[in-house]
Amino acid sequence: MKKIKQILALCSSFLLLSSSLAGCSSKGKENNGEQRVLNVFNYGDYIDEDLIEKFEKETGIKVIYDTYETNEIMYQKVKSNPGVYDILFPSDYMIEKMIKEDMLEKLDFNNIPNYQYIGDQYKNLVYDPNNEYSVPYMWGTIGIIYNADNIKDTIDSWNDLWNEKYSGDILMFDSIRDTLAISLARKGYSINSTNQKEIEEAANELIKQKPLVQAYIMDEVKEKMVNGEANFATVYSGDAIYIQQDAPDINFKYVVPKEGSNIWFDAMVIPKGAANKKEAEEFINFLSDPENAKQNVEYIGYSTPNVAAYELLDEEMQSNETAYPSEDILKKCEIYRDLGENIKLYDDAWLNVKMK
Amino acid sequence: MSRKKKNSTNFLAYPFIIWSTLFIVIPLLIVLFFAFTVKNPNGSYMFSIENFNKLFKEEYMNVFKRSLWLAFLSTFWCLILGYPVAYFISKMKPSKGSIMILLFIVPMWMNFLLRTYAWMPILGKNGFINNILGYFNLGPYQFLYNDTAVILGMIYNFLPFMILPIYTVLTKMDTSLLNAASDLGANRFQVFKKIVLPLSMPGIISGITMVFMPAVSTFVISRLLGGGQYMLLGNLIEQQFTNVGDWNFGSAISVFMMIIILISMAIMSKFDSADSKEGGGQLW
Amino acid sequence: MVKKLENFIKRFYLLLIFIFLYTPIISLMVFSFNESKTMGNWSGFTFKWYKELFNNSRIMEALFYTVLIALISSIIATIIGTLAAIGINKMKGSKKALLLNINYLPVLNPDIVTGISLMSLFIFIRPLINIDFGFITMLLAHITFDIPYVILAVLPKLRQLPDNVEEAALDLGATPSYTLRKIILPQIKPGIISGLLIAFTMSIDDFVISFFTTGPGVTNLSIEIYSMARRGIKPEINALSTLMFITVLCLLLIANRKEFISRGDKIEKN
Repeated sequence: MKKIKQILALCSSFLLLSSSLAGCSSKGKENNGEQRVLNVFNYGDYIDEDLIEKFEKETGIKVIYDTYETNEIMYQKVKSNPGVYDILFPSDYMIEKMIKEDMLEKLDFNNIPNYQYIGDQYKNLVYDPNNEYSVPYMWGTIGIIYNADNIKDTIDSWNDLWNEKYSGDILMFDSIRDTLAISLARKGYSINSTNQKEIEEAANELIKQKPLVQAYIMDEVKEKMVNGEANFATVYSGDAIYIQQDAPDINFKYVVPKEGSNIWFDAMVIPKGAANKKEAEEFINFLSDPENAKQNVEYIGYSTPNVAAYELLDEEMQSNETAYPSEDILKKCEIYRDLGENIKLYDDAWLNVKMK
Repeated sequence: MSRKKKNSTNFLAYPFIIWSTLFIVIPLLIVLFFAFTVKNPNGSYMFSIENFNKLFKEEYMNVFKRSLWLAFLSTFWCLILGYPVAYFISKMKPSKGSIMILLFIVPMWMNFLLRTYAWMPILGKNGFINNILGYFNLGPYQFLYNDTAVILGMIYNFLPFMILPIYTVLTKMDTSLLNAASDLGANRFQVFKKIVLPLSMPGIISGITMVFMPAVSTFVISRLLGGGQYMLLGNLIEQQFTNVGDWNFGSAISVFMMIIILISMAIMSKFDSADSKEGGGQLW
Repeated sequence: MVKKLENFIKRFYLLLIFIFLYTPIISLMVFSFNESKTMGNWSGFTFKWYKELFNNSRIMEALFYTVLIALISSIIATIIGTLAAIGINKMKGSKKALLLNINYLPVLNPDIVTGISLMSLFIFIRPLINIDFGFITMLLAHITFDIPYVILAVLPKLRQLPDNVEEAALDLGATPSYTLRKIILPQIKPGIISGLLIAFTMSIDDFVISFFTTGPGVTNLSIEIYSMARRGIKPEINALSTLMFITVLCLLLIANRKEFISRGDKIEKN
């Protein structure tokens, strides 16, 4: 009797398990001949949703849209399980890394005629020198945003963030690369330095700065600045625009410091093994259409690499220095490179900064 | 007679055993594999204890110490603050009590990131509290970005998990025992100390488990409320898996953390009631 | 007089804790009506976020999956976990200790370790069972991290049971299954419900594990919200949370009213 019960229990648990494992088909795999599908993987809220609808109507392709929080966790997911998504929107250094690891498909530019509208200054960039794998989507810079109503001094250098006068009033990035890049740039070093001494020096400078810093934060910086919690913050240019637009009654100024800074690009790529490559290329082409790109930029608020779209923007946005700084400022900005194993140097330095 | 008792309900655990073997043990083996290997340049793995050697450096040990200490404090305060709540609610009428308990759980159903963001306009320098204090010409105080804020955040996040198990044990506590004790002359404090507290130990242990363990490995709270000023274990591990891409070192940190915590739990369970049936021995 | 003071202190203490728990909730509810996109900067009253919420099919879809997965996984986890707790409670010695410690692992590990190791498991298992990432994998992951909480909630209640209740019932001629259904289960019901609640709560708010174990087209609220953080969490989320909260509150009140009504009837009958 007892034995039977035990066997029954064992069997039913096996059945339960196997029935829940068997027969599963998630949405959005390959097209079954009838319905064309596109699996998109992008940052949250990084596209005008109306454009997705427009694309679906124009092409009849069904768009499955998933979101991720950072380049890094997107990479972990795509690396472990390739072939699931058809299009990604990584940043520059991540694209370089993925090309190195043979994770991207070469684009067939015959399917992307709108590539012609991307400005020449945004082509042949260091992470994709031959323009084989990516089409730029948005770009921006890193700089200092400050409350010009409260701060009357001239702010134009990273050194200003080390000024004791502003103690407790400074918000820094909570990011290995961004924060160390600022310290490296301040000392005149490359933000992609792999020289251990330079990195250590940058870390020590950050440790010296620590008592002045109110907090190391990332996304909440927008809330904090708008609420007047601090007068200085390091931000991406896109966030600076967000802050300026959300609190128009406060005079927020954004400045890319004279020592130089980082210029970043997010671009569209197709991962290797994508099942719907043609559909992905159509999507890239669609997003690079000047009208669509203009609509997208107006929603997102970042800077566009699409010069035709730029021409369609209204005067105010075109002349916005936060979004479109001058040539000589951009010349001093570097793009992040993939550091490979050398990221560990940064990692150790960052731990040092945090724990002192 | 004892044979009958042993066999009659043992097999109920089989579904769990199968499930945990598949979904807990095998992933654990995967983590152990990563912890004890290093990646060769050509992509293959090689056995090594290098990860653990790196771990014993001073900086990493400091991260451990800090995380354990903060988790301990948070658990302690959750217990001190949560036990009375569970006690008072358990004394209410059952229907009212269950509504009250649900009212304690429901805030946890709102997204955690959002709730933590919602603290900022309250605790910030220009926040609600400082505005009120401003009317009395006090402040503004910096409530955020210190240890207190982090502990507050942890208590906020974990308090219901302490309250619930204690509450379930305190309800339907055998009141005849309590009545007998007071009939025999014990005053209320003695009744509490000698009878209620020991009998609620299983609930307390569960509560401590559900708070202490996640508290050691949490990182969002320290990131948002601590101002990113120091690294906790959770930050460290997350960074290894994502930014640095060193799954091996990340796994080693996790394994070491697992061992430390399981040992702490074993020590703590020795305080478990000595007269409990199968004893408290969780580890050995 | 002392009794009155005591009652007052009790109520006051509970009220304080309540205020502590609900302050951010009130805060985010208030800012769901805020014209500005950022929390804290009040710039006018508006319903526009509620309107945008209902137009946002993506968030609604995420809500659907969130609740669905939380419900299913917490129920299955409660069944497996309760049975497991009863079984484990009967064990002794090292086997019991081993099971308990294995049980602790998902509670103890940081989400990212659980998430990545489960993702690795599903990939590793491909040659045997070709399982695509999606609803099922996310569900399995949720059940996995829910079960330990159920066990932790039910075990104390089991240990509270008098030792010999089961034996007595068996001696009196009850079958083991009758004993289980009619005697043990009712006694530990608070623990089971408590376990169900905790499991549901854990599932509703999970991000990392869900992210790594889901597939295209299946998402949940946490994933959407965390992914939005870089660009700024849209106040539609505040609106959604407000609506969710009010819904649950209403359900609670309705459940409470029913209790009062049925008790009122009983009193009338008597």
